[in-house]
Formats: sequence, C-alpha cells, structure tokens
Amino acid sequence: MSPAVPPPQPLDAASPAADPAVALTGVRRDYVVRAPVAGSRRRRRQVVRAVDALSLRIGHGETVGFVGANGAGKSTTIKMMTGILQPTAGALRILGHDPVPERRALARRIGVVFGQRSQLWWDLPLRESYRILGTMHRLTDRQREARLERLVDGLELGGFLSRPVRQLSLGQRMRGEVAAALLHSPELVVLDEPTIGLDMVSKEGLRRFLREDRAERGTTLFLTTHDMGDVERLCERIVVVDSGAVAYDGPLESFRQRLGAPRELIVDLEEPASELSLPGAARTLAVDAGGIRHRIAFSGDALTVPALLTAINQQVEVRDLSLREPAIEDLVRQISARNRRGGTA
Amino acid sequence: MAERSRPDLADRPVSTVRMVLTLYGSRLRSQASFRTSFIADVLGQALIVSVEFLELWVILSQVGVLGGMTLTQVAVVYGLGALAFGIADMFFGEIDGLSAQIRSGKLEVLLIRPVPMLLQISSLDLSLRRIGRIAVGLVMYVAALTIAGFEPSAATLLLAVTAPLAGALLFGALFTIAGAMQFWLIEGREFANAFTYGGNYVATTPGAVFALPMRAFFTFVVPATLVAYAPTLALLDLPGPALIPAWSGWLGLPAAVLAWIVAGALWRAGVRRYTGAGG
Amino acid sequence: MPQIGTLARVSTYWAVAAAAFRQYSTYRLATAAGVFTNSVFGLIRASILFAAITTAGGELSGYTIAQAATYVWLGQALLAPIEAFGTREVSQRVHQGDVAIDLLRPISFLGLYYAQKLGRSAFLLLGRGIPPMLIGALLTGLALPEDPWSYPLGMLSLLLAITVAFLADMLVNLTAFWLLETRGLTVVYTALMNLLSGLLIPIVWFPDWLLAIARATPFPSMLQTPIDTLSGRIPPLEALPLLGVQLGWIALLALAASAMLRAGVRSVEVQGG
Repeated sequence: MSPAVPPPQPLDAASPAADPAVALTGVRRDYVVRAPVAGSRRRRRQVVRAVDALSLRIGHGETVGFVGANGAGKSTTIKMMTGILQPTAGALRILGHDPVPERRALARRIGVVFGQRSQLWWDLPLRESYRILGTMHRLTDRQREARLERLVDGLELGGFLSRPVRQLSLGQRMRGEVAAALLHSPELVVLDEPTIGLDMVSKEGLRRFLREDRAERGTTLFLTTHDMGDVERLCERIVVVDSGAVAYDGPLESFRQRLGAPRELIVDLEEPASELSLPGAARTLAVDAGGIRHRIAFSGDALTVPALLTAINQQVEVRDLSLREPAIEDLVRQISARNRRGGTA
Repeated sequence: MAERSRPDLADRPVSTVRMVLTLYGSRLRSQASFRTSFIADVLGQALIVSVEFLELWVILSQVGVLGGMTLTQVAVVYGLGALAFGIADMFFGEIDGLSAQIRSGKLEVLLIRPVPMLLQISSLDLSLRRIGRIAVGLVMYVAALTIAGFEPSAATLLLAVTAPLAGALLFGALFTIAGAMQFWLIEGREFANAFTYGGNYVATTPGAVFALPMRAFFTFVVPATLVAYAPTLALLDLPGPALIPAWSGWLGLPAAVLAWIVAGALWRAGVRRYTGAGG
Repeated sequence: MPQIGTLARVSTYWAVAAAAFRQYSTYRLATAAGVFTNSVFGLIRASILFAAITTAGGELSGYTIAQAATYVWLGQALLAPIEAFGTREVSQRVHQGDVAIDLLRPISFLGLYYAQKLGRSAFLLLGRGIPPMLIGALLTGLALPEDPWSYPLGMLSLLLAITVAFLADMLVNLTAFWLLETRGLTVVYTALMNLLSGLLIPIVWFPDWLLAIARATPFPSMLQTPIDTLSGRIPPLEALPLLGVQLGWIALLALAASAMLRAGVRSVEVQGG
C-alpha cells in the first residue's frame, strides 16, 4: 500500500525496478482562453491553469480512484495520460511511454472509456465495432473471438450484439463501451466517469465485471468518478485533486478516518425532544421539525449504526430513520477546506 | 462468420494491408445496407455532375469552341476531372467535417486508437454515395475520348489510365491540406472549399479560359489544371496555351507526390497543434 | 384589442429577425472564409463566361464582357442571402419532433421562420454578398445601371427573390413530415437551382426548350430576375412584369407551404407522434 502522501521522487526512467505503471512528475497544463471583455467587442487572452504541479505514481496492478470537483483538472489529467494533450510543463511516463510522442504505441497497451463520448460506431451492429477495433489492435480472429466471448459473458452483451449501437439503451451502450476498451486486454485501464447516468443494477454489473477482469489479469485501474460507490467497490487507493493539484492521496480506508465524522444518520422521533446525548464519535448537526427530526453526524469507524441506534433508543422512541452516505463532493470539499486552513494556519 | 469455419484463417496475423482492407470493407458493407436512401444518394450525385456539365454544354452550343476546345474535347476534360474528384471525394471528402469533430471532441476517440488518424477518417467515414459522381465521370471520359478520336499508343494509353488516379491522388492531398487547415481555422473551414471544390471547378474546365495569373495559380500553386486539362491535351495531341504545354499532361503524378508531401507535413503539424492546444 | 396585438406581433417578428442577424454576425472568421471562397468561385465563373463572349466576338445573346462580369458578381453576392444550397433546419426539427414546440408558439410558424430568414439574409447580404462584389468590381469591373430606378426596383426584386427562395426551400423541408430522409430531395433542389435559376449561366443563353422549362419554374425568380433588375440589363419598366411573376410565385408557394404544413401537422396528430 502506498503511503498517504508519497514522497516526491525524482523520475528515473532508466531504472526498471522503480518503473511504475503511471508516473506524473510536476505536471502542469495551461489553457489559453479568449474571454469576452465586458463593454467591448474585443476578447482578452487569458491563461487558465487546469493542472498545477501534479505528481502521482501508480504501481502495476493498483486501483486508483481519481476524484475531485468539476473543473479540478481530472479530464485534463486523463487527456495528458492518454496522449491527447501535451503538458505545458513536467513529465509523464505511462507504462514506460511518453504519451504524446509515443501515442500509438501506448494506445496498444491502454484501454480508455470516456463516459461522455462513444468510441463505438453509431450505425453499425455492436459486434461490427469489435471487429473493427480488433483489427485496429491487430488481434487475430481467434484472439478476438476468445476475448469477446469472455467480455460478452461478463458484461452480458449477448442479447444485443447484432443491434446497431444507436438503438441501445444507455446501460447497454456503456457496457459495450467498456468491452470496446478491454477488447485488446490492456495493461492499464482508464475510465472517465464510467457509470454516469446508469441505474443501480447496471452500475453494480459493470463494477462486478471490472473487479473480475482485474482479478484475472492484474490490470492497473485508474478511474474518475462522481460516484463514491465506484471508488468503494473498485479502488484501494483514492487520490483527491483540487485546483489542479493532489489534495489527498492514500488508502481508501484511512480516507474516511482522516475526515472524522462524514456519515449522517437522520432519525424521526415519536415525540419531540431537544438535543440527544450521544456517544463521543457522534454529534448532532441539527434538530428540525420542532424536535422531531434529528440529524446526527458520526464517524463510521469509531461507531457502528446499531451501537448509535441503541444509544438513541435508550433516550427516545424512533419512528423512522435514514442513513446518508457522504457524497464525494462533500468529502472533497472538506479535504480542500482543511488543506486551505492548514495552509493559512 | 466465414472466418470461423476455417481455423487456419482464424490465426492469421493481421498485416497492415489486411487491417486497411478490413477498415474500408466494414464501411462498404454498412452503407450498402441502407438500400433505398443509398440509391437516391447515388442518383443525386450523378444528377449534380450532369447538371454542372450542362453549363459547359449550353455555352458550347452557343459558341462552338471554348478555350480552344470543342464540345467533345471539353467533355473529355470534364469527365476526367469529375472522375478524379469523385474518387478523392469518396476517400477524403469527409475530412471537410473535421472541424465539427474537433468541436464535439470526437477527435479524442480517434487519438486513443493505435491507427493513424487520417486512415481512420478516410476509411470509417468513406462515403460510397460518391460512386454516382465517379460513374458519370467514367462514362463521360471513356465515351468522349472515343468520340474525340483518341488514338492510343502504349504511352498515351498508360496516361489515359493513370491520369484519373493521379488526379484523385492530387485532390486527396488537397482535401487533406484543407482538413489540416481546420486545426488552425476551426470556424473557417469554408476557406478550404476554395481549393477543393474550387479546384474541381477549375479541373473540369479547359484551362485556357483563365487569364494568366489565375492559370499560373491553378497550375503551380493548386495544380488543378494538371488533373484533367493538361492530360487531355497530351492524350488528344492538342497544342497547349501559355504555361500549360501539352507535355505537362505527364506532370499529374509528380505534382500529386509533391502535394502529398506538403499535405503530410501539414497534417502532422495540425495534429501536433491539436495535442498542444487541446482543441 | 387587435391593434395592440398586431403591434406586439410585429415587434416579435422584428426581435426574431434581429436575433438571427446578430447570431450570424458573430461568426466572423466563417464570414471571411465565405467571402474568400465566394470570390474565388466568382473569378472562375467570370473566366469561363469571358472566354465564351470573347470567342463569340465580344457579345453573346445580349451580354458584353462588362455585363457578364456584373452578372457573375451580383450572382455571387446573392448566392448567400438566397441560400441557394438549401437549408435543413426545419426538416431536422420535424424529424426530431421539435416542430411541435414551434407550432405551439403564439406566432405563425411560417412567419417565425420567415423573420429568421430575413434577419439571416440581411446579414449574409451585407457580410458575404457585398464584399465579393467589391472585389469583383476591382478585378473585372462592373456595368452600372443607367436608370436610377433600377436600384430601388432591384432591391424590391431581391426581397421578393429571398421570399420565393424561402418558400421553395420550406416546401422541400416540409416533406420531412412524410419522408424519413430528405437529403436526396435537397440534392435535387440544389441541382435544379444550379441549372435553372441562372446561377451558372444566364438563362437567356439556354436553347429554347430549356428556357421554356426554366421559365415554368420559380427558380429564375430567385436569382436571374433580381440580377437583371439590379444590374439594369432589363430596364425598370420592362422589369415590372418580372416582379409580377415573382409575386405570383410567392402567392402560389405560400399557399402550397401552408397547405403542406396543415397536412403535415394532421398526419403527425393521426400517428400520435
């Protein structure tokens, strides 16, 4: 397991022993935008820094969730990792390749899913897309069919392989996209919002297969998401990016601990009550509806839900309850706020 | 699938040639499957080419000679030009839509595949409906050559066969240059039309009608007169006007090679700019 | 109160037209590119016509070099505002079902799109039409009309031409109610426009049978008529009947368009789409 904050190491491509699957060293990316100036027809050149001094090392076989608010620099980082975008400064090494100049060599060894854009052929049957992609990756017919069999089985594509992609539902298409990215058995799989817009069943199916495939092949997995469920089910390590730099990097289990009490229990009482007395790892956030509804925050590691409920039941009678898991945005916001406080203190 | 029943084929390694053929083949199959709209498209393309020739036909029915050429001779130029442009348009015409792909981000998907982007665009956006244009051009070219009294020798027969291909290569380079320009001028893709479609207009016209500066531009900068007009002079043994002697009919292929060197360099620079600027 | 209602409606149409004008005026690089391409095509066309006229001895069916130049550059100038290559917006909206939204608006469907077309055409004329004409005037010269009445009458004829083109294009688009794919029809429309409107060669150069066919269609009213009127090749008094023909086509096409629209809406309602 990697340390919570990896010590900055000089990138040494010559030593294969230390050669990680992904190595970003002080990567920066600026965009030049032309913003309209108020009250004038002219536009002003403006430099926007999307990624700033980002350093990250990922070993072979690791699974990393790359999370952050919109505009934090996630997509830009993925574009630089896949060779679509040249960094303004800093160095990248992905599977030993410099992404932009060695883009095609890298493309043979990585699989990418862009949740927002399709790499399937809209008007062709799904199976035809795999034939084309298989040819592009120079798979023999036997290699392609063998791999496809596994993917069709694991992602349950069998029912719509001969249907044109434009007729597929979002869930079907997304599974098709993942199969397209995995067809050539890539060593590194990069997923950009793979479950966006999917229902719970489709999400779970997709996550289950990604776990299985990784267990079979030892793939390195790198994914961005807005869904904490993706991170929890797929990743051992989480990297939070904020304003283009790494705000947190460490194992998933210590992520929540560091944040204190991010889970939230909401109880509705039979009778109104003022603030309840709670165990040490919990505290009341708010009392609403004239004392009926209590919102309680607690740390998921120090305190279990049954233990907390027992403590509450000793004082009042609970009519209804609901449990809210922290949204990834909230956690990220908390991390950044803490970092800023730390910075100014 | 046929491949499955033959196990020796299933393990055949994928050569570059086979990959290219598979990419083009998949597109051909998919387009021919939309029968009715496909036939309508092909006929529409044929109609447009025919109507554009009517312009020259009307003029020649009034004056008898245009740019020193009779109707049959002009028909050779027009047929050859339309044939060459049609082939290039089929393989490279969709590069025209590159700016839309840049804006929508679709280009990023092409970049994460281990195949040159130009090959992907050419094969996977192949528009088979241009076959209408090609067919009309071919029929006109062959028929008009025959009527115009073409007397083939080994050399001129070779020229007659290679001229459409050299012209197609040349227009292919022009389309690629036009596509590459869109990396810089995303909103200005119409600039390129002046050279691609404008080049087609010039190529299908007797080159002698142009005043010297234009003739020079469309011979030495955008070598459109070398596509059909100059080869026709050579094939029919006609004297050429200033700047375009009959022997320049043999220059189509070298010009195409030069144009592709420029196109390749410009395309690579365009892709470099795209990965640098991020679209 | 009908008075206020009418006023409000007029101001709505005005706002729609102004918005279309402004929207197009933001595409500055595209406009420059269009001007450039338009000018190159003008030069090619002028070269062909000049060669023909020179061969014919300086005059061909009433066209001298100067008149041919005027004909070419006016044609290039009007190409953009007429939108000779057809539009696809309405047919796409019909296919996507968005046309239902347009029909729910409190102003007339055809009126809404006509206002948009006028706003767009106004910009296209100023932005894409006038510059190539100035370039042409510098490179080949233009023949100016002798009678000052040619200018106002020509502008009126241009407005009528834009209206004819709008309605004809609308008819093609409205077939989307019944056809799944209208691209083939657009191609045919463009081909006929190229040939019969006088876009490539003056229709009076046509052999008699082709001229008869052209005059039986609305296409000459879209281009040949405003060009002849504006350039003064046809003096104002003789141009008046041609403007009458334009008005006739407008009446006929407007009737056809609204009938098609009604039938199309009915067919959608029947299918429940």
